[in-house]
Amino acid sequence: MIDLWEGLRQAFWLVATADPELAEIALRSLRITLSALVLACLIALPLAALLAVKRFRLRRTVIAILNALMGLPPVVVGLVVYVILSRSGPLGALGLLFTPTAMIIAQMIVIVPLIASIAHQSLRELWHEYHDLLISMNVTQGQKMRTLLWDARRALLTAALAGFGRGIGEVGAIMIVGGNIDHVTRVLTTAIALETGKGEFALALALGFVLIALAIAVNLTIHWLGQTEREGRW
Amino acid sequence: MSELFPLSVKGAVTRRHGKVLVGPVDLELDGAGTCVILGPNGAGKTSLLRLLHGTARLHAGEITWGCGTEAARNAQAFVFQRPVMLRRSVGENLAYPLRLRGTPRTEARARARDWAARVGLSGLFDRQATVLSGGEQQKLATARALIGDPGLLFLDEPTASLDGRATREMEEILAKARANGTRLVLSTHDMGQARRLADRVIFLLGGKVHEEGAAEGFFSAPRTPEAQAFLKGDIVE
Amino acid sequence: MMRRFFLAMVVALSATAATAQDAMRMAVTTSFHNSGLADVLLPVIAEETGVEVQLLVVGTGQALKLGQAGDVDAILVHSRAAEEAFVAEGYGTHRREIMYNDFVLIGPGADPAGVAGAATASEGLQAIAEAEAPFVSRGDDSGTHKKELALWQDAGLAPTGAWYNAVGAGMGAALNTCVGLDAYILSDRASWLNFGNKGAHRILFEGDPVLFNQYAYLPVNQGRHAHVKAELAMKLETWLTSERAAELINDYKIDGEPLFVFNAK
Repeated sequence: MIDLWEGLRQAFWLVATADPELAEIALRSLRITLSALVLACLIALPLAALLAVKRFRLRRTVIAILNALMGLPPVVVGLVVYVILSRSGPLGALGLLFTPTAMIIAQMIVIVPLIASIAHQSLRELWHEYHDLLISMNVTQGQKMRTLLWDARRALLTAALAGFGRGIGEVGAIMIVGGNIDHVTRVLTTAIALETGKGEFALALALGFVLIALAIAVNLTIHWLGQTEREGRW
Repeated sequence: MSELFPLSVKGAVTRRHGKVLVGPVDLELDGAGTCVILGPNGAGKTSLLRLLHGTARLHAGEITWGCGTEAARNAQAFVFQRPVMLRRSVGENLAYPLRLRGTPRTEARARARDWAARVGLSGLFDRQATVLSGGEQQKLATARALIGDPGLLFLDEPTASLDGRATREMEEILAKARANGTRLVLSTHDMGQARRLADRVIFLLGGKVHEEGAAEGFFSAPRTPEAQAFLKGDIVE
Repeated sequence: MMRRFFLAMVVALSATAATAQDAMRMAVTTSFHNSGLADVLLPVIAEETGVEVQLLVVGTGQALKLGQAGDVDAILVHSRAAEEAFVAEGYGTHRREIMYNDFVLIGPGADPAGVAGAATASEGLQAIAEAEAPFVSRGDDSGTHKKELALWQDAGLAPTGAWYNAVGAGMGAALNTCVGLDAYILSDRASWLNFGNKGAHRILFEGDPVLFNQYAYLPVNQGRHAHVKAELAMKLETWLTSERAAELINDYKIDGEPLFVFNAK
């Protein structure tokens, strides 16, 4: 319990004094996860829309695989990305291992199935509703997907936020591919793991509280941005 | 849109799970007036509309238009018994078909405003379409179908769940569309509506065209005993 | 909408921040990093040689792996046999001894197994095994783990049983477990002194020469991995074996206790 209070106190202190090191790793956390999120959405949302509107032979299989991959252990993703990006691996020549880019790639892989699955659920419902109308209007496959993605945007925001939550709190994959290098690839979660390893529970907790606060702040900001888009505006 | 017609249907059949829903149907349709499809529940009215519209699979026979099938598809629209509202504003719902065809945003918006006014929805232009009443939704759906100036509009029991006033408003919209040269094909259970709107009647029974002809003749002197019974309100099998 | 996506994509890709020109990567053991010595040395190294050393803090086993794969430019570890094999197999150019520190046996203040009275490290371990007092092993193939296994062997024991807990974790995590289990553990002195969650645990045995822990520096062979920054690794080696390094390493103290003895030749 003492550690908990001490952690809260330190968290408050770190934030109140705008600790430069904290700011650095917090911003890096944000940048990496938001980048991974954007890239993941670029893949997951069209994929979800495609799965909703197009009937093809392996559709059910793909959906089942996506659902299963939602629980993909980040450590495994980390290991696979590590092996691929290692200098001795197939993409070693790119020299990406232990860089923020490697972390973005790993996080993106972790969150794509999650976003695609959640997005697919809501797009499927909307497609059920729109099906007759859009078929009657003789729209193209691309127009179907765009209409669904646009009209389900609130639900998709929820999917994206779920992805963000999983990404920002993720440590297993980015620890392996990022290496937790100070000033290069250290982010909030890896710093927490490091401080825990040093037995500095209070500091680790403080960073944890900052992480939670950051996640809440991002959620609120995005919701607020969503709110400003008033109903029926052009 | 005159190239759309004549519509010629020869031996057309559509099935579901191996069961014939409608057909074989032979039909000729020219480009003017209102054609009303009558028949008891399960006679295949909806299936026939969908078959003509091209959203039900044609299992046998052929349907040919004055123009190519793809061009024909884009020159017609469909209004469902239960309107499908896009989760957007009334204005965006109206503009949607225009935007699909590449109409510039400002022009689409102007035409949407115009159509909202024509169907009495101007005051609701910026409202979310899904919160409108049933009557308002159906008027919106009809305006959205008409905004692209289709040569042919199908309506599947468009007033089945509306009250008297909304029904009357719908009929006024349809009368105007007909006057503007849009060919209307609608199914209904409302005999009063059928008499008010129809130029021509197709009486369906058991998935087949049982009787067909000018509205006047059908209502005053139906030829088949089934049609006579149907018009009297008797049960027809 | 598409434009916003592309903008975001550009932001994402620009996150591939170019690493500094004179940056090299060195894999070090957790025990070295936990000592806090790196925080003293790295800024001075950057200032005096212009080399930015990026540390990957891992176990010895993984450090050697990183060197083999060419994912780092040099390694600083403490497991002689493994290091010599690393050089013999051509992954490293050579092995340079830099400094040593020592291992200590840590246990609960009450010392139920009576380790404190032991004359040698072997005796201490025998006392633990006899009492079947809980013992935490790193179990992660690290230098510390290898040292611990060697010590058991010296003591003529093959530790098994419910009292022997191989946690498969780094030094810090293993110490956390040890304190939680009220167990004994072999730790490097530096990690222990810097550890923040000591509880009632303390050093029970120290000083046996077999507990000395030699750190060596191994540059990765550029002949195997052309991209390795051999020149920077060489600069770093020159500095690590310099007078200045000797001074800083020997003067580094925690709670007034020196931790490392510089012994580069």
